[in-house]
Amino acid sequence: MTITAAEVERIALLARLKLTPEEQAAYTEQLNAILEYVDKLNDLDTSAVEPTAYILPLRNVFRDDLVRPGLPRDKALAGAPEVSEGQFKVPRVV
Amino acid sequence: MNLCELTAHELGELLKSRQVSAVEATEAAINRIEAVDSRVQAFVTRTVEEAFAQARAVDAARSRGETLGPLAGIPMALKDNICTVRIRTTCSSRMLADWVPPYEATVVSRLKEAGAILLGKLNMDEFAMGATTETSAFFPTRNPWDLERVPGGSSGGSAAAVAAGEAFYTLGSDTGGSIRQPAAFCGVVGLKPTYGRVSRHGLIAFAPSMDQIGPLTRDVTDCALILNAVAGHDSSDCTTADLPVPDYRAALNTDIKGLKIGVPREYFADGLDPEVAAIVRRAIDKLAELGAICEETSLPHTEYALPTYYLVAYAEASSNLARYDGVSFGLRVPGRDIEEMNINTRTEGFGPEVKRRLMLGTYALEAGNYEAFYLKAAKVRTLIRQDFEAAFNKYDLLVTPTEPMVAFRLGEKGNKKPLAMAAADSYTSAVSLAGLPALSLPCGFSQGLPVGLQLIGPSFAEARLLQVAYAFEQNTEYHRRRPALEVA
Repeated sequence: MTITAAEVERIALLARLKLTPEEQAAYTEQLNAILEYVDKLNDLDTSAVEPTAYILPLRNVFRDDLVRPGLPRDKALAGAPEVSEGQFKVPRVV
Repeated sequence: MNLCELTAHELGELLKSRQVSAVEATEAAINRIEAVDSRVQAFVTRTVEEAFAQARAVDAARSRGETLGPLAGIPMALKDNICTVRIRTTCSSRMLADWVPPYEATVVSRLKEAGAILLGKLNMDEFAMGATTETSAFFPTRNPWDLERVPGGSSGGSAAAVAAGEAFYTLGSDTGGSIRQPAAFCGVVGLKPTYGRVSRHGLIAFAPSMDQIGPLTRDVTDCALILNAVAGHDSSDCTTADLPVPDYRAALNTDIKGLKIGVPREYFADGLDPEVAAIVRRAIDKLAELGAICEETSLPHTEYALPTYYLVAYAEASSNLARYDGVSFGLRVPGRDIEEMNINTRTEGFGPEVKRRLMLGTYALEAGNYEAFYLKAAKVRTLIRQDFEAAFNKYDLLVTPTEPMVAFRLGEKGNKKPLAMAAADSYTSAVSLAGLPALSLPCGFSQGLPVGLQLIGPSFAEARLLQVAYAFEQNTEYHRRRPALEVA
């Protein structure tokens, strides 16, 4: 076993998820199965290999700094669960 | 004449010569959806009124004598992770079940400009995570060739709708095989373009270093027509290539004499269904008969592609889907404070497959794990890319089975077994990691179910893929078969 149930609970919280005890047990088994599978990559010596994060040979992509209309406030807020005084409203933060 | 049996370009000719109006074509498609979609379940949202309004506008423009493009008046539908204004875009998730985007995807704007008629939005695996369309939070889509079988995924609704005659073409998205695999399972043509060929602006992200939008169609000519309409640079997506877009339809011809085709032996190893293997071998013989030079070759890191894909895709997903926090759009489930609200929202909003991937991705990116998992995978990704580069020094394109098997039964690959889908993903994910274009086209039937042939090209060689696919198609009849859905 690579990761324990307690670790799965901690990772779930990092991903902002709450698991039932049954889910915790099931995911522990499943995540271990996947981790065991991906361990295959350690067969390969990659010490001299550069990583690929993106396929394209792009570096900085520039465009002209033109003034153009952005998303109007009412449209940006239209899909929000709760709005107050033209802003997103959320529950207590601290 | 049953209009719904036609390809998009055949319908386009009838529209152009005014033998059929856009309203009649739209009526035919909507009647077809009403007749079969209760069984196929491809559509998440239907946009009947909007479709007729668009059709009337196209007919009016035509009667004014305006010059219209080849897609004007042709009804189509979109995978439900492609943003549409005024029409909800759900990703087949509870998280976005009622969300109406404030802007539309570039591909949608381009198709609208071309006069496309939008019939609705199509079912998918939740957030494009899955290979069966069973992880949809709403309902599973069924394979029109056998309603007890899956259509593949994640663009299952997009493939099923085309196969069932419910739309003349659709758009899907492909991160690790999500266009090609359902295209193979449903017997249609599906193209994943080169990374950067088609704008992702307005495509809801799963793994942005691999996500690409592409067409699902009834034949190769349609595929070329749709790619013509959607490909090209977009200032709203800085990863689109600033390269000229050839006329893909004009590039279609059947002369493939002397073309060098590599057949990587790793794609014919254990786990490949023998009947699928035989059908694909016969398809390769056909290409040789047409003058191509087919040779066995090797992509030595193939067996590492899927574990690499899992780590890269899940890591990217875990960081991308952090935005679903109940604050600015989508679902909110209340909590005492903001953190509890975040947790409640994500716990109720995401299904089990998405949660599993987010947790694995979070783990792979965590301090202390990053080097061992994400960075390791990024390095192996380089080796996989180099395999293809070496192969394309010798060959014009590569050919493989799209999938090692035909469509399986609903529920056969249980959600409880995370690696049950591994075989289905393993033939398509290497191409995604390398950002290459690949096309699946029907190349035969095994026990009445379609088998797909995957053509893989070097970057931006879509015209060559389409040409070889066209040569094969013009010399075979598989693309003319339609599922017998009437016999319920």
